[in-house]
Amino acid sequence: MAAARPTLTALARSTALAGLALLSLAAGLVMLTAVLLTFLVGLVIVFPSAVRLARAVTRRQRVLAARWSGISIDDPYRPAPPPPVPQADGWYRDGRTLYRKPTIPAFNKRWNWMTKDPATWRDLAFLLSAPVAGGFVVAAPLLAVAYGVAWAAGGDPATGVVWILLAVIATPWYAPWAVRLHGQVAAALLGPTEKARLAQRVTRLDAARTEAVDSQAAELRRIERDLHDGAQARLVAIGMTIGAAEQLLESDPQAARALLGKAREASATALQEIRRLVRGIHPPVLAERGLGDAVRALALDSPLRVHVTVDLPERASAPLESAAYFAVSELLANAARHGDATEVWVDLSAQGPALRVTVTDDGHGGADPERGTGLRGIERRLGAFEGVLAVNSPVGGPTTAVIELPRAFRQRPAPSSPWRVLGGLCWVLWPIALFPQGLVAMVFKLVGSPVKSWFLALHVPGPFQWPVIVGMIALGGGLLAVALATTVRTRETEGGGCV
Amino acid sequence: MRVVLAEDLHLLREGLVALLRAHGFEVVAAVESGPELLAALVGERPDVAVVDVRLPPTFTDEGLQAALAARRQVPGLPVLVLSQHVEQLYARELLADGSGGVGYLLKDRVFNGEQFVDAVRRVAAGGTAMDPEVIARLLASNARNEPLGRLTPREREVLELMAEGRSNAAIGQRLFLSDSAVGKHTASIFTKLGLAPSDDDNRRVLAVLAFLNSK
Repeated sequence: MAAARPTLTALARSTALAGLALLSLAAGLVMLTAVLLTFLVGLVIVFPSAVRLARAVTRRQRVLAARWSGISIDDPYRPAPPPPVPQADGWYRDGRTLYRKPTIPAFNKRWNWMTKDPATWRDLAFLLSAPVAGGFVVAAPLLAVAYGVAWAAGGDPATGVVWILLAVIATPWYAPWAVRLHGQVAAALLGPTEKARLAQRVTRLDAARTEAVDSQAAELRRIERDLHDGAQARLVAIGMTIGAAEQLLESDPQAARALLGKAREASATALQEIRRLVRGIHPPVLAERGLGDAVRALALDSPLRVHVTVDLPERASAPLESAAYFAVSELLANAARHGDATEVWVDLSAQGPALRVTVTDDGHGGADPERGTGLRGIERRLGAFEGVLAVNSPVGGPTTAVIELPRAFRQRPAPSSPWRVLGGLCWVLWPIALFPQGLVAMVFKLVGSPVKSWFLALHVPGPFQWPVIVGMIALGGGLLAVALATTVRTRETEGGGCV
Repeated sequence: MRVVLAEDLHLLREGLVALLRAHGFEVVAAVESGPELLAALVGERPDVAVVDVRLPPTFTDEGLQAALAARRQVPGLPVLVLSQHVEQLYARELLADGSGGVGYLLKDRVFNGEQFVDAVRRVAAGGTAMDPEVIARLLASNARNEPLGRLTPREREVLELMAEGRSNAAIGQRLFLSDSAVGKHTASIFTKLGLAPSDDDNRRVLAVLAFLNSK
């Protein structure tokens, strides 16, 4: 019984998904009607409700894909428009028209938001095609059983039992696979398109670049000021002191010697200042040894007991190493300053092509990234590399900070070429199986046409004709599902951190 | 005394050669890259080597790596490492084999010729010469850790100077103590750090190592 449990779960889930597919079709038809009413009759008022219904159904699909197939699908919709703001005189302006009440401007905004978002129309397409793309795949065991029952009721129990047995035997491995595949299909159709993803990414990178350029300029200004007021001024003083000593060399060697000693001291101070400055720009140990040893050196200089584990395949690029180094440095300083910590664990590891740094301390927690300027600074620095910082710091501790920098290391060559060939094959074959061999053959069979053409189902002996037709429709749906799933998978492996 | 020198900046190399010659050292090789340095160290077997950490061709820690490699081939080969910055990490690596004859100084210390030559001599004799900066950073980073926490403040001062490589007489002079008082302090430090009686020089190195490894 315990062994049958995953199968039963998967079966229950595929049944639910098949039901949802039918519901989706119904919602799709409602929305199609609403669209026709809107654009042919001008009944615009029904449109937003229909879109809301469609979104509710597709949202359910996304939630189930995440929960049952472990595939999280981001919402592809554009952000909702803000409510209309009245002008100074209390009227609402929409284009060249003024309104006394906000209802119509708000409706117009919502209308534009819904109609101009490609995700709305992709939702409609998904809902109408849901039974074919995915619905058949998850419903196949049920269909087989139903078909068997139909045969048995029709007076041929042997054939019926064969179908039912086939379904029972295949279900343990088929049902979980079908649920997973359904999730991938949903991801392909309901996730943000490549274009939307890229648009989001460009917006994010644009902001990150502006911040990076700003902070770099500020950094350069700080370095310039430090050099100007520090080392540069001291070198001028040293030059003057040596000049004075030169003049005194003949007349008063004793005084000249004293001046030279002063010059030497000043040069030592200048060196010290430059050394401190260099440490803040690019720590020498980072340049010499890379991130792992640089963090070990940080650990040795920290007043806390710091345990460092490093597991990195190679050195990352210098700017990225530097960003990670300063982030760890800031986190260690924070732990010592605010967290009351005594021990810290730093872990550097590669997660595929990404670099992940985890810093955990035993302090009293309560760190808030929204308030701390230090944490904001880290985020800004990481942002230039599309890196992220996540801080979990419950009051009472412990505090864990995780930094992830995508594309820190060279990617391994994509292992997907057989997958890509398979995907291409499926893309070519699914319409052939679904339309001529499946649906068209079904129509021919129903009307009893004498033309057999190249439809396989009509050439086989009578009792096998319907199974072949249903099989072809299921095959078409299955091929479409596999095609979509492989496309998503190859895109994921190639696109890397395109999230 | 025969010296091998490795420094890639021409001016500084010439300056060091002149300084060492003026104090009666024989500079048998003055090289400017890591591979040359390793060949010179193993080939010449000098009494002491003065090595810059950052050398061509990679301009990373080429000099330090060559020095460590040479010490693996010739155990106890005295090496004084010079750098523009000091790291506890490098100090530990140099001291890790526990055989002494190691120095690690900031380049600025060359300014004071007498003190620098003194450090070279101490390293050649099998002692240590740690830069005060290394020790300052070490103290800042583990003020409350065992077993250093058990030392009295006076003993810590003595240990700091011992880590810099000073003799008992020099420590006494610096802290205004008599020789016998310094001897008492060092004996107490050795006991507290759990170092068995053996030849004094070696114990001094081990004490410094324990000091560096006290985290």
